[in-house]
Amino acid sequence: MTETLTLGKALNLGLRRALERDDKVLIMGEDVGKLGGVFRITDGLQKDFGEERVIDTPLAESGIIGTAVGLAIRGYRPVCEIQFDGFVYPAYNQIVSQVAKMHYRSQGKVRMPIVIRIPFGGGIGAVEHHSESPEAYFAHTAGLKVVTCANAGDAYWMIQQAIASDDPIIFLEPKRRYWEKGEVDTSAESYPLHATRVVRAGTDCTVVAYGPMVRTALDAASAVEDERSLEVIDLRSLSPLDLGPVYESVRRTGRLVVVHEAPSNLGIGAEVAARVTEHCFYSLEAPVLRVTGFDTPYPAARVEEDFLPDLDRVLDGVDRTFGW
Amino acid sequence: MAKGDVARARTTRGAKSAPAPEFVQLLTPEGERVDHPTYAVDFTDEEYRGLYRDLVVVRRLDAEATALQRQGELGLWASLLGQEAAQVGSGRALRVHDMVFPTYREHGVLYCRGIDPIMPLGLFRGVDQGGWDPNQFKFSMYTIVIGAQTLHATGYAMGVAKDGKVGSPDGEAVIAYFGDGATSQGDVNEAFVWSSVFNAPIVFFCQNNQYAISEPLERQTRVPLFQRAAGFGFPGVRVDGNDVLAVYAVTRDALDNARQGQGPTLIEAYTYRMGAHTTSDDPTRYRIASEVEAWQAKDPIKRVRAFLEKQKLADSAFFDAVDEEARAQAVHLRERVLAMPDPQPLSLFDHVYAEGSPLLDEQREQFGAYLASFEGSGH
Ligand SMILES: Cc1ncc(C[n+]2csc(CCOP(=O)(O)OP(=O)(O)O)c2C)c(N)n1
Repeated sequence: MTETLTLGKALNLGLRRALERDDKVLIMGEDVGKLGGVFRITDGLQKDFGEERVIDTPLAESGIIGTAVGLAIRGYRPVCEIQFDGFVYPAYNQIVSQVAKMHYRSQGKVRMPIVIRIPFGGGIGAVEHHSESPEAYFAHTAGLKVVTCANAGDAYWMIQQAIASDDPIIFLEPKRRYWEKGEVDTSAESYPLHATRVVRAGTDCTVVAYGPMVRTALDAASAVEDERSLEVIDLRSLSPLDLGPVYESVRRTGRLVVVHEAPSNLGIGAEVAARVTEHCFYSLEAPVLRVTGFDTPYPAARVEEDFLPDLDRVLDGVDRTFGW
Repeated sequence: MAKGDVARARTTRGAKSAPAPEFVQLLTPEGERVDHPTYAVDFTDEEYRGLYRDLVVVRRLDAEATALQRQGELGLWASLLGQEAAQVGSGRALRVHDMVFPTYREHGVLYCRGIDPIMPLGLFRGVDQGGWDPNQFKFSMYTIVIGAQTLHATGYAMGVAKDGKVGSPDGEAVIAYFGDGATSQGDVNEAFVWSSVFNAPIVFFCQNNQYAISEPLERQTRVPLFQRAAGFGFPGVRVDGNDVLAVYAVTRDALDNARQGQGPTLIEAYTYRMGAHTTSDDPTRYRIASEVEAWQAKDPIKRVRAFLEKQKLADSAFFDAVDEEARAQAVHLRERVLAMPDPQPLSLFDHVYAEGSPLLDEQREQFGAYLASFEGSGH
């Protein structure tokens, strides 16, 4: 069955399915209960599944993640909501030193089926700490998996797959795309969780993006389709990376631009560039270029448009690969 | 009690024999002055009228900011509606050298410090991050990450002590503001530990406005918040946060204790957030209208007005003049908000480091060239 849903509503429905399927699944976070979360992603879930399963926690992120660890040891599958990207850091210690390392430390005896949902990225005109892209911090940490959805269909399925996984997963939600509609086939699980997907086929240049930038990359591809054929690839999983389809694409196009909102320095783009260089060196017509946020803190709302890669900057990156 | 009966607020320390009141109150919601065994105020007629003026102006400026947000001129606003007495009472209790560490809602304290109310509006308009010099204004920057500023305040207070600025009536004190929700954060509890262990000259001023966005107080605590102080080894006191006189008396007392070298105090100002958490919030989803109405009867401004009228300290000409002054200040604020310039694109590279960075220099140059490439293209 196919439905048209916003990305946010698809997440809500995916969470609902997970709660229905397994009564060990818990939702916990600030304002996730009665309010349904500040973005309403958990709307109606407390009403239907009760306060024992959809838990408004005290205002303490370290507490949310630290207690999730204990609940996981006890056999639960906590799905934690961090209200905004910039508020995950009080929990960073628990995430990096405990969540990520329990399985290793216990020699596989303890599993951490924890999902940490984080609305991330900018473009919503918010004040400080509400627009950050912290993915590299987590992708850099062994023991964590990091995924992000870019459309409603993926939102619906990926959240369920993440909850079903026995590894801890940082689940990044592109907050500025919460209201974008897409087709969701709720009958068939369409795609593996940790797999890259080609979302637009092309022949001249490969553009790799993820999360909120997939839409931007697709728009860029449409804007120049009469002149250039861009192949757009959605990474979906940032750790582990699934770069096979990217290598395959770059071997055909000879050019690669990686796009993300996060700063470039030691970001996902750097890793993609290094691996593509290793695997496709003789196919490359130009160096792999990155179009990213700058290496500054996320700026005030009235200059965020300048900070964020947009269609023009993506196309500028593409042009530069041709100008090489 | 007539004004002036008690000369100065006295310390609560050692006053354990008195039955614990629900909270310290000096002015009832009906505008009656009541005595308290420990706390009192001694204001001149002019000072009483001044407090009223502060309350009205602060509320009016806040309403203006809310309106500006509704009209798209601010990206966000965190209203203090209902919390005016907690902020004016504590703000007026500060001395010039005392230092403030606010959250994002202390517009009333900022006003009482004599700071131009335009100062935090850059942050809410989105033209800057709310950057000012804490030392210049004795008022640190607004802090959005819940609880972080309580540790900053504690460290600052430790510095005050190291500088030998405590232990006399002229000593300096520090005040840290935070909400009921913040009391759950590790940072806040660590601030309690540190300030206690190092006997820091600090007042922890918790505005318990009953909600942390949608979550009611019961999600954060099962004991009254002020009682938490005991476990950390310093006094805690709960005050009627809608009573500007009581807030003033309690805060002044706690600040004086701090400056004299007696260490921290936790004040729980019991109040209510009358509006939404911020302009992004819809409180009808989690609280009922009758609760809000019940708190309307405890309004912090109405009771001061009733008191001034009963005591014949002010007439209608005075009240009209205050309203007019508040209106004029609001208009002035609005005009200046609308005139705030948008930041230049390349300014986003400014101030990342004190000593610069070659990586940023390169990015700034490249982005400058990129922007220049559009010039004349009608882009
Ligand atoms: C570390 C952190 N987590 C979450 C948030 C999001 N947030 C902003 S205000 C708020 C509630 C704060 O409640 P309280 O401390 O009672 O202060 P109030 O806003 O009611 O004045 C939350 C959860 C944040 N700013 N910082």
